[in-house]
Amino acid sequence: MADAILRAEGISKWFGGVAALQDVDFEIAPGEHAALVGDNGAGKSTLVKVLTGAERPDGGRIWFDGQERHFHSPLDARRAGIETVYQTLALADHLDVVANLFLGREKYRVRLGPFSVLNRSAMRAEARKMLESTGVHIPDLRSSVMGMSGGQRQGVAIARAAGMGSQVIVLDEPTAALGVQETARVEEIIRGLKRRGVTMLMVSHNLRQVFDLVDTIWVLRHGQMVGRRDTSEVSPEEIVSMITGADRVTGLEFT
Amino acid sequence: MNSGGQSVATGADMTRTGGAGGGRRVGEESPPAGARRARGSVLRQRLGDLVSQAAALAALIVIAVVLSILSPRFLSYLNLSEVVVEGAVTAIIAVGATLVIVTAGVDLSVGSVAALSGVLGAMLMVDAHLPWPLATVAGVLLGGVAGLVNGALVSWVRLAPFIATLGMMGVARGLTFMSTGAVAVYGLPPGFNALGQGYLGPIPVPAICLVGVIVVFAFIFTRTKLGRYAYAIGSNKDSARLMGIPVGRYLVLVYVLQGLLAGFGGMIATARVSSGQPNFGTGLELEAIAAAVIGGASLFGGQGTVSGAIIGAFLIQVIRDGSVLLDVNIYLQDVIIGIVVWIAVAWDYFRRRRITERTRGIQQSVRQSVRAG
Repeated sequence: MADAILRAEGISKWFGGVAALQDVDFEIAPGEHAALVGDNGAGKSTLVKVLTGAERPDGGRIWFDGQERHFHSPLDARRAGIETVYQTLALADHLDVVANLFLGREKYRVRLGPFSVLNRSAMRAEARKMLESTGVHIPDLRSSVMGMSGGQRQGVAIARAAGMGSQVIVLDEPTAALGVQETARVEEIIRGLKRRGVTMLMVSHNLRQVFDLVDTIWVLRHGQMVGRRDTSEVSPEEIVSMITGADRVTGLEFT
Repeated sequence: MNSGGQSVATGADMTRTGGAGGGRRVGEESPPAGARRARGSVLRQRLGDLVSQAAALAALIVIAVVLSILSPRFLSYLNLSEVVVEGAVTAIIAVGATLVIVTAGVDLSVGSVAALSGVLGAMLMVDAHLPWPLATVAGVLLGGVAGLVNGALVSWVRLAPFIATLGMMGVARGLTFMSTGAVAVYGLPPGFNALGQGYLGPIPVPAICLVGVIVVFAFIFTRTKLGRYAYAIGSNKDSARLMGIPVGRYLVLVYVLQGLLAGFGGMIATARVSSGQPNFGTGLELEAIAAAVIGGASLFGGQGTVSGAIIGAFLIQVIRDGSVLLDVNIYLQDVIIGIVVWIAVAWDYFRRRRITERTRGIQQSVRQSVRAG
């Protein structure tokens, strides 16, 4: 247990009288790729929000990088080294790729508070490296992200998360809005993170993708963690029955 | 529902057999296609940005050419310097208006704030006998204070910019009339009047002031943290917040800068007529916003440039000047300018609708390809 980079124990979260999470444990080792699966309303997003500081748990403890942490905001978690790629991607459409990669973490030539002078050439050079090492292909770094395809936008968001020396990257349904080819590209980017040893936790509804990409699968049902399985030792059927609570698969549908 | 069991099995097959390999093959195919598509749309979008500014510049040139043909006086030094001096105040304030609009805000109070700065600055010279440079600075800073109030109302009280600044429009105008008793303030020192009427060689002083504002603000817009954050906030406030940008503080600063520019414009206008006029600047807010939008700023935020604001301001000024030269009914000027604003804003809406439609088109084709796959 001591080797986990991020560990949560006994996490509970209540919304009014409803328990979104009950006594949930989770952990991820450095370099591990894990997926969080579960039906709609099972508590996946709530757990991700708790782990990344967007929600504060009503009970339980979180350790990150060997210390117990209490994240008060996503920014807090981000400073500690947990980067989240939201479904909305948190891009500024009118700004170019370089500006988006450094959004909120710009490099400066001269520091004068709000009038600090941007170091555009340094950011451009580093942006190129960030995209290259993440395997994201963008033809023109000075183009704004507005006209880009969903896959490219996702690529920019992931490159931003991976490029800032973060220790854990959390991807919230990274391919939910993408087509087949774009999904394949983003999956290739995620494989690249694995090769680079970047720790990754993803929320996904796509079991094919989950089995393709991750080492371990965590299954949530009705706010409780019903199990953790190594991808190599479990069948999709078993995961589906864990998600639904059924003993065997009968007439279900999932996407 | 019944076919669900089968789809589980298919999913498993994909995992075990062709899943990963297939994914990679598709991945290799897609970059050139994706890149080509991206390059096309990026080009189109850059053109779109340029077009609105270029259209304004073209309109400005066409009107100037037509006017120079219709009226021999148009190209005279006297008339052109008049246009520059008259346009400078609007242009200076339009630069601030553009900064506010870039953040997806709007400031309706600039005309009133300019008047308040002008009369109080004038009263500091005439009644309090403050040295004019000091009183001028005080007038400009007063504009900044009004901007600070606007910014605080927008950021911290969370009023819509339209409402916050509409309130300030009334407050500042009321204070202007109260402090002067609705009478103009006369007896300004000649040194101060040079700010509006003087020349440095052949160049009018207000033009020099304008160039100063252009240089400083072009730098702020494109090279500084503040400029970058203004665009980010206007483009997507939630994204900006998630990325750790202190949105509230930067919005306040944007309104303060707009207030300072309004104060500066008010002082120049005061010097120009050698008196503090409580009526000054009615309708100036609309002119400044119109200049910004004509120059390509989008009321939806995230878009706008200093050069666009300048082009827009002088387009309006040349229309006004031309109307005088051609002896057009003075009230028709406002009608013409109103129509130009309609066209500029309609173009802004049209452009935005086209972008969202294109995005929707992409999403639809994605959904179809998902269904097909």
